[in-house]
Amino acid sequence: MKLRVLSGSLLFLFVAAVFALAQQNVPAPAKAFATAPDIAYDSVPNFLKLPTGTYLGEGIGVARNSKGQVFVYTRGGDTSHLYEFDPNGSFVREIGKGLYGFQMAHAVRVDPQDNIWVVDEGTDMVVKFTPDGRVAMLLGRRPEFNGGVRATPPPNTPPPAAQPYRFGRPTDVAWDAAGNIFISDGYTNSRVVKYDKYGKYINSIGTKGTGPGEFNTPHSIQTDANGNVYVADRGNRRIQVLSNDLAVKTIYDNVGAPWALCITPGPHQYLYSSNSNPDNNNSRLNAVSGEIYKMELDGTVVGKFGKAGKQLKEFTTVHAMDCRNDNDLLTAEITGWRVQKLALHPQVQTSSKVQTSSR
Amino acid sequence: MKRPLFLICFVGVLSALAAARPVAAQSVPEIAYDSAPNLLKMPEDIYLGEVLGVSTNSKGHIFVYTRTGSVNVTTGTNRVFVRSGSRLFEFDQNGKYLHEIGQNLYAFVQAHAVRVDPQDNIWVVDEGSSMIVKFDPEGHVLMTMGRKPEAVDNPARQEAAPAAGSGAGVPGDNFNGPSDVAWDAAGDIFVADGSRNSRIAKFDKNGTFIKSWGTRGPAPGQFNVPHSIVVDAKDNIYVADRGNKRIQVFDTDGNPKTQYTNVGSPWALCITSGAHQYLYSSDSNSGEFDNATIYKMELDGTVLGKFGAGGKQLKEFGTVHEMDCRRENEVYVGEILNWRVQKLTLHPAAGKPDATRSARK
Repeated sequence: MKLRVLSGSLLFLFVAAVFALAQQNVPAPAKAFATAPDIAYDSVPNFLKLPTGTYLGEGIGVARNSKGQVFVYTRGGDTSHLYEFDPNGSFVREIGKGLYGFQMAHAVRVDPQDNIWVVDEGTDMVVKFTPDGRVAMLLGRRPEFNGGVRATPPPNTPPPAAQPYRFGRPTDVAWDAAGNIFISDGYTNSRVVKYDKYGKYINSIGTKGTGPGEFNTPHSIQTDANGNVYVADRGNRRIQVLSNDLAVKTIYDNVGAPWALCITPGPHQYLYSSNSNPDNNNSRLNAVSGEIYKMELDGTVVGKFGKAGKQLKEFTTVHAMDCRNDNDLLTAEITGWRVQKLALHPQVQTSSKVQTSSR
Repeated sequence: MKRPLFLICFVGVLSALAAARPVAAQSVPEIAYDSAPNLLKMPEDIYLGEVLGVSTNSKGHIFVYTRTGSVNVTTGTNRVFVRSGSRLFEFDQNGKYLHEIGQNLYAFVQAHAVRVDPQDNIWVVDEGSSMIVKFDPEGHVLMTMGRKPEAVDNPARQEAAPAAGSGAGVPGDNFNGPSDVAWDAAGDIFVADGSRNSRIAKFDKNGTFIKSWGTRGPAPGQFNVPHSIVVDAKDNIYVADRGNKRIQVFDTDGNPKTQYTNVGSPWALCITSGAHQYLYSSDSNSGEFDNATIYKMELDGTVLGKFGAGGKQLKEFGTVHEMDCRRENEVYVGEILNWRVQKLTLHPAAGKPDATRSARK
């Protein structure tokens, strides 16, 4: 009997150990985490002022136009909503109420002509609005409700081949100086697609995988002034930099899992990348993620800021960033249902570095 | 091979416990009570549905979390998105309708509970979205906990009933069918989680996960649908372990202190404020005219009295799902089957237990 109890206990310990190990499937912090200097910053409390009875829901997309107007694309209780606020965060209006292309928000971006682009991963559509909120162009088509909802394929079924003009849960949109359109597509497809400014297909790159030019959830996309394309290859924990023709130029793998990218305008451009804490609120993962990196376009990390948490200045899964103004960032957060306006103070960078090391 | 031995020990412990605490017998005195007719005055175009949650704030305002309309699903390619289906209303202390809070909220899918904390913040627990939302007293969102699943695959994966020993969940912050929320004196947050997980999760006041305890099962510290949770002034935590027909009492670290097995299936718990605190526990009916009894207890588990019966008339209960008892003899009950809130005035002075109690003082 004693032996049985003993072997039973051993079995229990073994099972417990296996269980514990399985639960420790926690990635290492981003490679740059230990060495990147901290950037001091503040957050404006209660930045967005919503009318009574209007609730933001999950903060999925945020972008500013040239006048500083703020556009927020959110997941609400009925469908997705696109709201416009003035530069101080006062509510202006809702755009596209009840739109056929709205279902499950994923991104909003504003192009150089102040057109507002929305990417919806529920309808598989990208919608371009004019600055005054009229639909100007559509990419993709919402799947028809034809005989019901299509069945989910069994696990490990290869995704259907990507089609030029259909998306598979697209994630983000960007443009180059010529107005060419780049779309990261997406959760079901694993590619980047390029269209001309009229929406005509040019080419695409990528299937699901880990090699250069392959993607595992391309989640965010930006271009620089030279027309290079930066793709947040989130599942592969790297940023892939593509030429304007979608050839892989280089890869940055030192800033964790890039959920959101933004590139500043102006003569000296910077790249911000958010290693967001995962949206399932797993506190063990929160401990190794949640910070935003500021980088040179060549991948050199200039600094970092932020950590996971629900308080002001902390992040509850940053899903999008706007960095139109150099040190004045907007972040949209999934689980915190908010947009934060952050003022970065990189000039005090050196002193904060000293403080960090003395901690 | 080892399991039978373990089971035998375990059953032994259980029977010992059962022997120590006799099931509430007919000797429990009845407490006389009244119910105020037509307590809540609704605007003409708003109807309550099933009342899952009811709670009052320090001003006596009444908050009602109800399942209304229908849960809508919208379609993606092979996914469906689950939306709406519950609403939160505020009434003044006389039952006059004041306003709705959280219109069209992303987290309002399948109501389960509403509670008001000592600062009058309003906390909503939604079983359908597996989220908890904290509103300030004016109805602005202050904090969210958990995240609603983005979408459901088509066809939805069949979820097996939770197996014995399961349900502690990842040691993280995500819920699976949460049922209730409570706070200790420090503001730490305790979540009963719930209908699919089987655990109590503890967070600090900022929503940072601290720990969780419990798995599916009948042993002390295990749960079979932890359905309601309250904390007394000394930070003891009372968990309505509905499926196991017992109330388990823990310290704030999750160590089991005792359990009460004499009040049937505890669906709803509330605890009174004031120097001498009482615990009410509702052994609710799930069928219309089944027995339905609310017990009044000392915190040590001594049953002082009981009241109530299943039914559709005033003073009768149609599955009491949440209770509020900020004041000892003023109990609000929210009912599933009768789509209403009743405000009950108890008259314990007429009964024996209070005489004994005053004598004891």
